[in-house]
Amino acid sequence: MSTEAKTYNYVGTRPIRHDGADKVTGRANYGADINLPGMLYGAIVRSPHAHARIVSIDTSAAAAMPGVKAVITGDDLPETSAKLAMGEGALDLHDIGDNLIAHKKALYHGHPVAAVAATSFEIAREAAARVRVEYEVLTPVLSIDQAIAPGATILHDDMVTRGRPAGPSGPTNVAARLELRRGEPDRGFAEADIVVEREFQTPMVHQGYIEPHACVARWGQDGRAVVWTTTQGPFVVRDGSAAILGIDAAMIKVIPTEIGGGFGGKITVYLEPLALVLSRKANRPVKMVMTRDEVFRATGPTSGTKIRVKIGAKSDGTIVAATASLFYEGGAYAGAPSGAGAMCCFACYDIPNFFIEASDVVVNKPKVAAYRAPGSPMAAFATESIIDEIARTLGMDPIELRLKNAAVEGDAAPYGPKHGPIGLTAVLDAARRHPHWQTPVGPNQGRGFACGFWFNAGMNSSATVTLDSDGSAAVFTGNPDIGGTRVAQALMVAEELNIPVERIRPTVADTDAAGYTDVTGGSRVCYATGMAVIEAARDVREQLRARAAKIWNTDVSNVGWEAGRLIPLNGAGADRAPLTLAEVAAKASATGGPIVGRASLNVAAAGAAFGAHICDLEVDKETGRSTVVRYTAIQDVGRAVHPSFVEGQMQGGAAQGIGWALNEEYVFDKAGAMENAGFLDYRMPVASDLPMIDTVIVEVPNPIHPYGVRGVGEVPIVPPLATVANAMRDATGVRFTELPLSPPRVLAGLMAAGD
Amino acid sequence: MATVYLPSGWSGATGGVTEISIDAPRVHELLRSLTERFPAIAAQLDAVSIAVDGQIYHDAEFVTLKRDSEIHLLPPVSGG
Repeated sequence: MSTEAKTYNYVGTRPIRHDGADKVTGRANYGADINLPGMLYGAIVRSPHAHARIVSIDTSAAAAMPGVKAVITGDDLPETSAKLAMGEGALDLHDIGDNLIAHKKALYHGHPVAAVAATSFEIAREAAARVRVEYEVLTPVLSIDQAIAPGATILHDDMVTRGRPAGPSGPTNVAARLELRRGEPDRGFAEADIVVEREFQTPMVHQGYIEPHACVARWGQDGRAVVWTTTQGPFVVRDGSAAILGIDAAMIKVIPTEIGGGFGGKITVYLEPLALVLSRKANRPVKMVMTRDEVFRATGPTSGTKIRVKIGAKSDGTIVAATASLFYEGGAYAGAPSGAGAMCCFACYDIPNFFIEASDVVVNKPKVAAYRAPGSPMAAFATESIIDEIARTLGMDPIELRLKNAAVEGDAAPYGPKHGPIGLTAVLDAARRHPHWQTPVGPNQGRGFACGFWFNAGMNSSATVTLDSDGSAAVFTGNPDIGGTRVAQALMVAEELNIPVERIRPTVADTDAAGYTDVTGGSRVCYATGMAVIEAARDVREQLRARAAKIWNTDVSNVGWEAGRLIPLNGAGADRAPLTLAEVAAKASATGGPIVGRASLNVAAAGAAFGAHICDLEVDKETGRSTVVRYTAIQDVGRAVHPSFVEGQMQGGAAQGIGWALNEEYVFDKAGAMENAGFLDYRMPVASDLPMIDTVIVEVPNPIHPYGVRGVGEVPIVPPLATVANAMRDATGVRFTELPLSPPRVLAGLMAAGD
Repeated sequence: MATVYLPSGWSGATGGVTEISIDAPRVHELLRSLTERFPAIAAQLDAVSIAVDGQIYHDAEFVTLKRDSEIHLLPPVSGG
């Protein structure tokens, strides 16, 4: 497929989403809404220590309680060495399995060590409290510096550094290290007129999805199991659970429920295999629902980081050299997005000389999971802060400096491949022409600007489009809808078949009904699954041509398609009136049977995408509190299928990035327990904290996609950390290099600067 | 011949080679040639994405190559 120049009848419009009424009235069924006859309730026993050897587990008191039907420990889920190919490193199911329930060591505060199923939540929790675990407490490793120090306590005795270790390969807490290089940075720096080097730190933060993890598992006596779960990846749940439990994936069906946010945090499994084993043991369905406290302590936040960046430029603003040293916390197991951070940190610019090294470091904190452009926001915080400083020092407009060095089509990305058509310069141009940028900043306010990059994913997708005899259609895919993709798919079918959107029924199918489909993540669904939907709809069109040919008793080459009608071609049956889609659909049975279109593809990545943000920040220098007074997000989306939901992605990503910049952080005590595991003290922005975030959609079509779609959902979280920090610099004169810019930190910085 | 750009972190396993030309019709044959030439990289290949002529693929094994294709081996990335 390739992009086709055309005007659209449905793509680009803003119909009401098909799932909207159910969601705003509470009728939509999420993971915790599923209830089955005879269902039990699961609770997890969690380690009170951040690092400890498990000496023994006595479940007898728990098992003896009335109402308790099953108790499991790590012995019930054997360790596995299986891997599941899925994006950022094959998912190492050994680590995921050990993260589900500890086998030999508890590696973070909250690490599951046992689980109970009982006839009520209350009994399950009481039983969990009666499980006796004997620990040998070990020294926790709670920071990158502690983890890489000589003589550091080692989390995994068998860990060696994958890639290019800087020192001895093992045993170590450095799970992986990679390098990227081009040219000769030392020579480049020698030619620079200005060199700026800083070290930056960002904290561990959580995706903050509003819906906690929840599932119901039912293991049948025939060995077949069904799992209802809130997930971004039903096939990951199926195949991962099967591999971890050592059973045939064909015996598990996963039914995804509606999902209340994921952002990457619901791609892996935390509950489902445990619920399956409990159900198998108890011979009854088991429901497991996390509390918010458990979500914070024991799911997958994103890495805290320590990043040092050095950039050299000529006096005319040309960047001549750059280096970056990035350390990302993986949490208790390998898997930090350090590789992506390395590939993204200079991706906005064409830099002739650079050296980048990036390390994935394990610490006694929860195992990190993907969070919206994993790895990129932290790296952008570092790079864009330094770009801002260079612009100030040279007296250059920050957008002009970026335009001078912006990556364009044909440039090699820092990770190697040459860019196709990309939209960074269009985004920067839109930013400098925007009224926000043109308007003077207000009193006690500062203005910040930053840009950011994300790859966006392709991967495997399947789609089915069925046409009913009344001319309506249904579209089935295997992707849970976290961003309005169902209505986007309906728009694509409407565009291809000229059926009104309201007469198209988009459905998220379970793993038995849908063809294999990779996760809802990586900004891939509207792009890759959308391509499958378009192809399936075009398959329907071809079948309609064949059916019309049968009706007209002519060859299919004499039948054309025009605006939802089948028309005679080549003079064959010139006296025939065109047939509408509905007329042909009504004859489906007589012309060969139901009309079902299908498609499946493994698509190359969605095309690099860039965004730029502008933030006006008002800072109260007496309290350190800051208020975002105006915020604009500009982004190249390729083609906006449903502009309202594209804008929503841009606003949502910006809001999350603002929270990351201003307030959010995991606060740990000395023993490694999280101290702020709730929304009161883990302070995310709420609607009253932020102004309306203005959005500008730039469309530089992606040549791979027939409509030009690029991935949208992840780019908007990349610029805000630096945008806000640069606004803070503008407002206060102080360059903050550590997030969040919470009032205590800002106040301390202002006082240190003598303000 | 296709040009393959290898991660600089693999230079220990490739004797310092970071760029190599290989004649192969598809990625499958190209990777086989690579591992014949540098056996030590075989274990790394299950942890890479492959970019062919600017496009990053998930599971690129049977992607067809042109005579002047450019192939980059990258850390795998999918997103959140």
